[in-house]
Amino acid sequence: MQRFPCPFCGPRDEREFHFAGEADKDRPDTTQDISDEAWADYLFNCKNSCGPTREIWVHFPCQEYFIMERDTVTMSVAGTTSVRKDLT
Amino acid sequence: MSARRIEGAGLVDRAVELRFTFDGKPYKGYEGDTVASALLAAGVRILGRSFKYHRPRSVWGAWSDDPNAIVDIALNGTRFPNCQATTTYLSDGMEVRSVNAWPNANRDVKSVLNLASRFLPAGFYYKMFMWPDWHLFEPTIRKMAGIGTLGADVIEGYDATILHETCDLLVVGAGATGLAAARAAAEAGQAVLLVDDHSSVGGRLLSSLDPIDGQSPADWIDEHLRAIQSAGGRVLTRTTAIGVYDHHAVSLVEDRGLGTAPIVRRLRPSRMILATGAIDRPVTFVNNDRPGIMSLDGAAELLGRYRVLVGQEIAVLSNRPDCQQVVADLQAAGAKVQVLDPNQATAKAIGTRHVKALKSGGRVVPCDTVLASAGLTPAIHLWRHAGGKLDWDEARQAFLPGWGPDWVSVVGAANGVYDLELSLMTARAAGLGECIADRGTYTLPPLWPSVSAKGRQWLDFQHDVTVKDIVLAKQENMVSVEHLKRYTTLGMAGDQGKTSNMPALATMAELQGKPIPEVGTTTFRPPYTPIPLESYTSAHKGRAVAPLKRLALEGEHRKLNAAMGEYGGWLRPAWYGASNEEEEAVARECNTARNAAAIMDGSALGAIEVIGPDARAFVNFVYYNTMSTLKPGKIRYGFMLTEAGRVFDDGVMACIDDTRFVISCSSAHADAVMAHLENWRQDSFDPSRVHIHDATQNWSTVTIAGPKALEIVKDLGVLAEADFDDFPHMSLKHGSFNGVLARIARVSFTGDTSYEISVRNDHVEALWQAALEIGHPLGAGPVGTEALVVLRAEKGYILIGKDTDGETMPHDLGFTVPRIKKKAAFVGDRSLHTETANRVDRKNFVGLEVEDGGGLLPIGAHIVGSENGEPLSLGYVTSSHMSPTLGRPIALALLSNGANELGQIVTTWHMGEERKARVASPCALDLDGERIHA
Repeated sequence: MQRFPCPFCGPRDEREFHFAGEADKDRPDTTQDISDEAWADYLFNCKNSCGPTREIWVHFPCQEYFIMERDTVTMSVAGTTSVRKDLT
Repeated sequence: MSARRIEGAGLVDRAVELRFTFDGKPYKGYEGDTVASALLAAGVRILGRSFKYHRPRSVWGAWSDDPNAIVDIALNGTRFPNCQATTTYLSDGMEVRSVNAWPNANRDVKSVLNLASRFLPAGFYYKMFMWPDWHLFEPTIRKMAGIGTLGADVIEGYDATILHETCDLLVVGAGATGLAAARAAAEAGQAVLLVDDHSSVGGRLLSSLDPIDGQSPADWIDEHLRAIQSAGGRVLTRTTAIGVYDHHAVSLVEDRGLGTAPIVRRLRPSRMILATGAIDRPVTFVNNDRPGIMSLDGAAELLGRYRVLVGQEIAVLSNRPDCQQVVADLQAAGAKVQVLDPNQATAKAIGTRHVKALKSGGRVVPCDTVLASAGLTPAIHLWRHAGGKLDWDEARQAFLPGWGPDWVSVVGAANGVYDLELSLMTARAAGLGECIADRGTYTLPPLWPSVSAKGRQWLDFQHDVTVKDIVLAKQENMVSVEHLKRYTTLGMAGDQGKTSNMPALATMAELQGKPIPEVGTTTFRPPYTPIPLESYTSAHKGRAVAPLKRLALEGEHRKLNAAMGEYGGWLRPAWYGASNEEEEAVARECNTARNAAAIMDGSALGAIEVIGPDARAFVNFVYYNTMSTLKPGKIRYGFMLTEAGRVFDDGVMACIDDTRFVISCSSAHADAVMAHLENWRQDSFDPSRVHIHDATQNWSTVTIAGPKALEIVKDLGVLAEADFDDFPHMSLKHGSFNGVLARIARVSFTGDTSYEISVRNDHVEALWQAALEIGHPLGAGPVGTEALVVLRAEKGYILIGKDTDGETMPHDLGFTVPRIKKKAAFVGDRSLHTETANRVDRKNFVGLEVEDGGGLLPIGAHIVGSENGEPLSLGYVTSSHMSPTLGRPIALALLSNGANELGQIVTTWHMGEERKARVASPCALDLDGERIHA
């Protein structure tokens, strides 16, 4: 049972959170031509890194999405930052 | 001769006699007894049978390290299967039954299986019952195997209480070491929680008469307990630390006896000290599973705690340098004890139903009990849960804590420190946060199973895993411990390998010619001891997690004798009438809707407001349909897609003004749609320029739909007469009801002229009553959810999740334009142009007309075709109803290339029954849509 620090609500139990995706994966500009491969890569491929990762999580009670840096081996959490530009 | 109760204090209260039965025979024990100690004291030796060969089993250990004595217990009319007799405290009136034995443990007819043992090696089932089909044999094997029998009764309210607690220091194990550590920490001002799984603290001190710090063990324990408590520390007994999880989380389970759910405590201590002791390791010799052969420490515990002397003529077979203390205590209690050299050629037990003699080194030593200990295995389970590593200690022949997390310390026997003085010193230091690395000196001569001995030597007593099975596993290349365990079922007994794993590892090491540490251990996983499954769920289930959503009009529906049902988490009126009159009620309500007007509660429909300067751009992005051109006061129908292009939800959206939209979504989907929208809002938009708000529960809606709808709505006075001059389908106006704002939307889910009137919850009752009153003389009346489902099916309106599946894209449903024409980016856009999305055989949404004169097509029936002579599913029926308006069955389906199959006859198949149907438009009523504008 992990404990994650929501940037807005502070440390809370992992059951209040949901994984939303890997960070730094931008949505392609779909008004331009995108190859099937590039789209499939965006949709389905994940790094699934063993070790330090940057991920997007959501804290359900406050509904805020944020970036969490953590280590998938040691389960240690290095920190969290808001994805909102006005708060970072 | 078997065990008996002797004089002396112990922990049992002889003033309180408890009566119980075992396999039907009456016995008595005392308050403080376990089921096992009471049975042993009463002279019962055979408590069960082994799993495979049905060999007689007594107890091996006195606590959670016992793999043998599993029993079913009935108490107050409820049966509890598979209780460990050694850890279940006795209660008055228990009816105890042995398991895996018939008619009872003492005389088990299946014990003939033992004679066939040479034909039942490890992996026997896997190899033997492959041909022709495992399922042929499975029922018989399942019946012969298995241990306890699960009863059908459920105890109402058997929910664990989960408490969230805190402490600075958690000390696990309240033996001498744990008490010393807890006291030192508590007196230094730390908030200490000390837990022990027994009902009394003291651990091994309770089996000892030796003075400690110049005091009797009982006085020493008492003084420490008082000191801890008066310094503010807390002590919990019958509480097991079952597991250590991520981020310092520890779960404690407090046993409150059979029939009472445990209390589970979850906490994240800043520090944890493990004083969990060590577990006695069996000596592996021929027939070492016979009743009367047990652990040295188990015998000491039975004597000290319960005053049960396990035998009269006792042979001790042990390499432990410290076994003399137990020998002396047993002698003092009146037993004749002989200590034998364990390093002779492999010993052999003589006697079938209980041990009669031990053959060792050419001598035959008559005895009624053998106490066998091949050394101590430190209980490092929690250390491993916490991520600590193990190092092999050659001198102690054991795995000891090595590198590990800095918030956990291991002291005492769990750390391989078997000297009491040194244990107490290191424990006190650990209590103060200091570390003394000294473990003292201790040398255990190696004593491991011999693979060359003749005869069967047991490793896992309950599952009948013998040394020969390990040899076979090695021959078949199951050399990794994880394979070995699964292949032989080693360590799957009630003790979960606490006794069997080390001898088995040593055997595998010898077979491979490797040192033990290179073979490694299996993974230690929570829970440390078996716990009721309810410990994990507690009351976090059912309605406590997902409370039923209630309508503001529920009282009104009940006044009209509505049959209420759950739809997408909401309690809604299914129909109006008795619960067994569904068919008549639905038909009547459909007629009311088509001939006059349906008055319906539309409050459960999701209402999500999107507000802000970027609201228009946002809705255009999250909808498949073009929403950027929607004018204030107008409403548009549309789909939301997932990024993979699949239809996620459908519904109408109204534009209030350029910065405000109201999304209406499926009732069951409101929460998921909110989450979906939040995701995109924060991912792709500036959250300060667009805001979303779930207003579902803030409004209540009365929907009036049918030929008489306009007349009723006009009479309600929610809008001025002139407002109706320019109020076409798919538009929105604001009016008032009883002086409060009313939002009136012209949208339809029935295909008839329809008005949805939304007001504040506190005014909806009056609105509902007024609508019914005005509507009644016109033939209008209340219509429930079931009739609505039929009305929408007549029109071919989709229910997402019912008429669609996880592959459905909007063009499969006939909505093709945005896919081709919409220029702006939207969620899922690129996925609509992949090879899969372009296939011509995609399943399209169609209607089906019954062609064979039969009744309803079964929902889920496959539409079958054939390919190379093999039958092939082309799709399936998604909705099927009897239409009272059309007077015939109607059905909706997903059919491969269905849009191009209109008019074709297809065959449906369900449970062997074939039907004929004609592919048609999904819309079976008023294809031109004249009714909606009437």
